[in-house]
Amino acid sequence: MTTAIRPTRALAALPLRCASCGRDHEAAPAHICPSCLGPLEPVYDADRELPDRAEIAARPRSLWRYREWLPFTGRPERCLNAGWTPLIDAPRLASALGVSRCLVKHDAGSFPSLSFKDRVVASAFNAAHAFGLTVVGCASTGNLANAVAAAAAREGFQAWIFIPHDLEPAKVAASAIFGPRLVRVRGTYDDVNRLCAQVADRFGWGIVNVNLRAYYGEGSKTAAFEIAEQLGWRLPDAVVAPMAGGSLVTKLSKGFGEFLSARLVHGVTPRLYGAQAEGCAPIVRLVERGDDTIVPVKPATIAKSLAIGNPADGRTASHAIRSSGGWAAAVNDLEIVEGIRLLAETTGIFGETAAGVTVAAARALARAGRLTPDDEVVLCITGNGLKTIDAVSDSLAIPEPIAARLSEVAALVSQTTQT
Amino acid sequence: MPTISLPSVLTPLASGEHTLSASGSTVGQAIDDISRRFPALSPRLRDENGEPYPFVTIYLNDEDIRFIGGFNAPVQPTDELSVVPAVAGG
Repeated sequence: MTTAIRPTRALAALPLRCASCGRDHEAAPAHICPSCLGPLEPVYDADRELPDRAEIAARPRSLWRYREWLPFTGRPERCLNAGWTPLIDAPRLASALGVSRCLVKHDAGSFPSLSFKDRVVASAFNAAHAFGLTVVGCASTGNLANAVAAAAAREGFQAWIFIPHDLEPAKVAASAIFGPRLVRVRGTYDDVNRLCAQVADRFGWGIVNVNLRAYYGEGSKTAAFEIAEQLGWRLPDAVVAPMAGGSLVTKLSKGFGEFLSARLVHGVTPRLYGAQAEGCAPIVRLVERGDDTIVPVKPATIAKSLAIGNPADGRTASHAIRSSGGWAAAVNDLEIVEGIRLLAETTGIFGETAAGVTVAAARALARAGRLTPDDEVVLCITGNGLKTIDAVSDSLAIPEPIAARLSEVAALVSQTTQT
Repeated sequence: MPTISLPSVLTPLASGEHTLSASGSTVGQAIDDISRRFPALSPRLRDENGEPYPFVTIYLNDEDIRFIGGFNAPVQPTDELSVVPAVAGG
């Protein structure tokens, strides 16, 4: 079964170029170069007209306010409300980390599915629309599954969602509720990813992070654009972001670079810091070694949204990190839980396990002197803690119930005063 | 005889075949065999040093060969090898 590709409409996807051999290719739902099997990237017209700060600021508050830096010509027609999440000052977290200022990029509150994957899905769905595809899908550790399922329901696409069998129940439910074809695969994310590469090849569907990947990944740049605009058109000293496949860090680097090139901001790209769990840290190890070869691992961590043992963008992420003057850190599962709690107790934001990884890694980087007391640091909080409650529930002191009597509250107050 | 499945992007280099039979007792020998029969495939499967490309993952049944000895991993007559472009996911 294949999905026919109709002629493009008013919205058109940009042509592609191989990042490895440099050959040009027509716009297509394709992610690999036929000549060398390298990754394809969209090619932007260097002479296109770009908006200035005032024009961008006057546009609707969604990621499409930056549409000249997204891989299309014409106006977007799908997922028009994605993006523009808050950048929240976090002074108590800054104090805990020992940095001058800390801000949280709060994609845990993203519309519609409470993770940064709404950004990439918005871009991928417009690519699917431009190519006339009606069936979309993904290989996912959970958040992308939620984002694709939600967007498909809203936009009227048929969705095939492939996930590892052992995902957190909340993430499974938060996909199933939208009514996609949900396929639970016995195996790891890397097994699911391999299967989806074969599925995209066989059925011709728009698998957002496989054959639409060239367009999908560009959506992550909008987090960088928003950080710059929300800071008042300037860049922070450092950004800490979680790493799974490595795409987010790579695209943050590209996004900051594009705003610098457009003279919308001045200075230098922020130092980029990548965070992974010790149980799945192939990109951290690559940054530490400084060579050019990912050594894949078998993931073993509670941070399932980051459990990609063979990261597709590991090499580019490592390069982006090292060339920015940043670094990477891995944290263990206990530190991840502590990170989730530190974020919650200092900012009022309940992040998922990837957020715990990010906060704990920021703390480790500060302790190691890589983040300094003078730094203004942005933490990318990419997913919502309500999806991974099991990770922290054992660490929380849930009290026994009391009778509805004032005397019992008074006893609790007395205990609290004594402690 | 083990089989090797190719992604669509490589099938024009193998007379349009998605699945090829290959002889050999290791992954490397099986790759060498189809490279001899379809010379245009050879530079897509190994770099100039004979090593696998970072952009290409080869699976022996369900296992990434990098976990089981790479091109030296032994293959059985009933095994299935899959060549999968690695630039996906995340």
